[in-house]
Amino acid sequence: MDLLNALVALANFVIVPAVAYGSQLALGALGVTLIYGILRFSNFAHGDTMAFGAMIAVLVTWGLQAAGVSFGPLPTALLALPFAILGCIALVLITDRLVYRFYREQKAKPVILVIVSMGVMFIMNGLVRFIIGPDDQRFSDGARFIISARDFKAMTGLREGLAIKTSQGITLVVAVIAVALLFWFLNKTRTGKSMRAYSDNEDLALLSGINPERVVMITWILVAALATTAGVLYGLDKSFKPFVYFQLLLPIFASAIVGGLGNPLGAIAGGFIIAFSEVTVTYAWKKVLTYVAPESLAPSGLVQFLSTDYKFAVSFAILLIVLLFKPTGLFKGKAV
Amino acid sequence: MTESVKNTLLFIVVGGLILLTGFTQSWNAAILIMNMGLISAIMAIGVNLQWGFAGLFNVGVMGFVALGGLAVVLVSTPPTPGAWSSGGYGIFLALLLGAATVVAAVLVATRMPKGRAQTLTTIAILLVGFFVYRAVFDPSVAGVEAIEPAVAGNLGGLNLPVLVAWPAGGLLAAGAAWLIGKTALGLRSDYLAIATLGIAEIIIAIMKNEDWLARGVKNVYGIPRPAPVVGYEVDLQNDPSFVARADWFGLDPVIASTLSVKLGYSLLFMIVLLALLWMAQMALKSPWGRMMRAIRDNEVAAEAMGKDVTRRHLQIFVLGSAICGIAGAMMTTLDGQLTPGTYNPLRFTFLVWVMVIVGGSGNNFGAVLGAFLIWFLWVQVEPMGLWFMNLITSSMPDGSALKSHLIDSAAHMRLFTMGLILLIVLRFSPRGLIPEK
Repeated sequence: MDLLNALVALANFVIVPAVAYGSQLALGALGVTLIYGILRFSNFAHGDTMAFGAMIAVLVTWGLQAAGVSFGPLPTALLALPFAILGCIALVLITDRLVYRFYREQKAKPVILVIVSMGVMFIMNGLVRFIIGPDDQRFSDGARFIISARDFKAMTGLREGLAIKTSQGITLVVAVIAVALLFWFLNKTRTGKSMRAYSDNEDLALLSGINPERVVMITWILVAALATTAGVLYGLDKSFKPFVYFQLLLPIFASAIVGGLGNPLGAIAGGFIIAFSEVTVTYAWKKVLTYVAPESLAPSGLVQFLSTDYKFAVSFAILLIVLLFKPTGLFKGKAV
Repeated sequence: MTESVKNTLLFIVVGGLILLTGFTQSWNAAILIMNMGLISAIMAIGVNLQWGFAGLFNVGVMGFVALGGLAVVLVSTPPTPGAWSSGGYGIFLALLLGAATVVAAVLVATRMPKGRAQTLTTIAILLVGFFVYRAVFDPSVAGVEAIEPAVAGNLGGLNLPVLVAWPAGGLLAAGAAWLIGKTALGLRSDYLAIATLGIAEIIIAIMKNEDWLARGVKNVYGIPRPAPVVGYEVDLQNDPSFVARADWFGLDPVIASTLSVKLGYSLLFMIVLLALLWMAQMALKSPWGRMMRAIRDNEVAAEAMGKDVTRRHLQIFVLGSAICGIAGAMMTTLDGQLTPGTYNPLRFTFLVWVMVIVGGSGNNFGAVLGAFLIWFLWVQVEPMGLWFMNLITSSMPDGSALKSHLIDSAAHMRLFTMGLILLIVLRFSPRGLIPEK
């Protein structure tokens, strides 16, 4: 029995990665949920919006690195983030003006808007591949670790190390700031309140003199900022690859639906639920169990429930269970 | 100009485009486009059945196509010697145990009175079942995968003629569609979309990772051809009567043999397409088809008329997915290999959607036309993009970074063009090239 080492191993392999991944998913899911709440459709282009924002960040980072600008121990990409957000805002506003507005004025059915977002997805995907190519791009720099496993061992004298990557720390800090700003905006400012009113009851909001086009514009700006932040954080933590962002669509939708579509608080909870279940189910528990269990009962196999390639299956299974038993999600969303 | 004249003209134009490829590039390329066009047309009929007839939004086409491909391996390849005795039965037993666990858990969850006891029993059954399943499954899989891993390592198939695998692919896809439809239909349309998107990813993940099933990413090669309609090039070249006929056409026997093999596939695919098209047309005109469209246009009214909307949706969802499965089996037969790593949702799900919408959702002929047209563009946009890039970069100095980047990126013009076509059609002609009557 060695509970302390078991705890450290658990934190190192499960808790820290899951918290970082959960924050990234939560930011992505917030974007999906905002679009669903205000524009009332599931945006299939969200993954590629994230990829587009992250791509601008990668390009600006390269530019800054070439110019010799750095951010000390922090990754240069954080300096590039505001530019990336601006670029992404421009893209989604142009898309809205050229594509979505027409269908909004026609009061098209949500499913038509979903198909339209499929077309937008193709175009954004093509744009990203066209500009930066389909390959892996690394753009993280600065210090790699906040605490490396070796330092931790030397510091505590434990057999297990705890490594926290800079990208994981930054993910959490940035995500907390972004979420705090978003909730402050939605709950305290006049514009935020008008957005919530529009989401709750469109007709009533129109009667009270809320300008729908303005609400939609603000929504797109928020969504672009959230998507870019999520995309950059994910890219810093793993690496930037356009197709991976497309594949993130499934866990992001799962997070938003599990939490309740249209409910921002639910999106955050959903992101962490999905991330923690993906990591725990695909983690090989042998190490932790050997510390906890008495020696005679030590596991011989890896004690891994599913291989990591099935992490999609985990988010999907949770999604199905929630859809079957509580279709509105854990935190009362709008959808039935 | 009447409608039928216009539609015939549209088909002639698309046929002309393919012929033009034959004259300007090569007949080999033209027949390749036609063969994949025929397969895409069958997929488009399947999606059109679901979307055009019933308004179901299925974005898991890729998964059903891949299942069709899997069926080809499971049906038509020879069994691996010794695989069944060294673990095949164990895998089978494990899968049965797994299924039994799920059934038991569902029974407990539905039959037992609600409460803590019910929840705990369900969880206990699932946990115990899972560990029993893994205890039987893992050693059996290791046994099968240890047999000649370089060339086999899988169970192999039933060694039946490959044509049997086509309906089998349909059946496999139908089974998967039934499972997913049972859970996700009846919820709002966005949810069906996300559920099907997920199931397709999972099917591909299983096919990539379960090596005992179809060798995973190691791929299965040498899938038998549907003889005698489609032969082998080498046999044809050694056949004096074939060489004589090729000579009579003024063709080199090697080229003639490749063309003849491809045309053999075209013939088979054409027969399947015409049969399915005829059935889809009959279904559309029948009372069943009218009921489907009534449900699509107003579910509440149809329900008030006593139609069982959820069951009808399940029915047409299964049928449409089965057609996609057949198309997937045909495609794997045409390739002669199963490569799970190449299934990409943009290519196998969303492209089929573009075909249906551009062609005209709700109209079977529209879906077929759209399939040929979009497939032609998908293949030809790349050379066209390269030509275009060469044109706009011709004034730039050689060796400039921008020039080489633009020329290298021409290959990615495809997705962009497809998205643009989809958006333009949706905006200016939402009913497609051949609208629903």
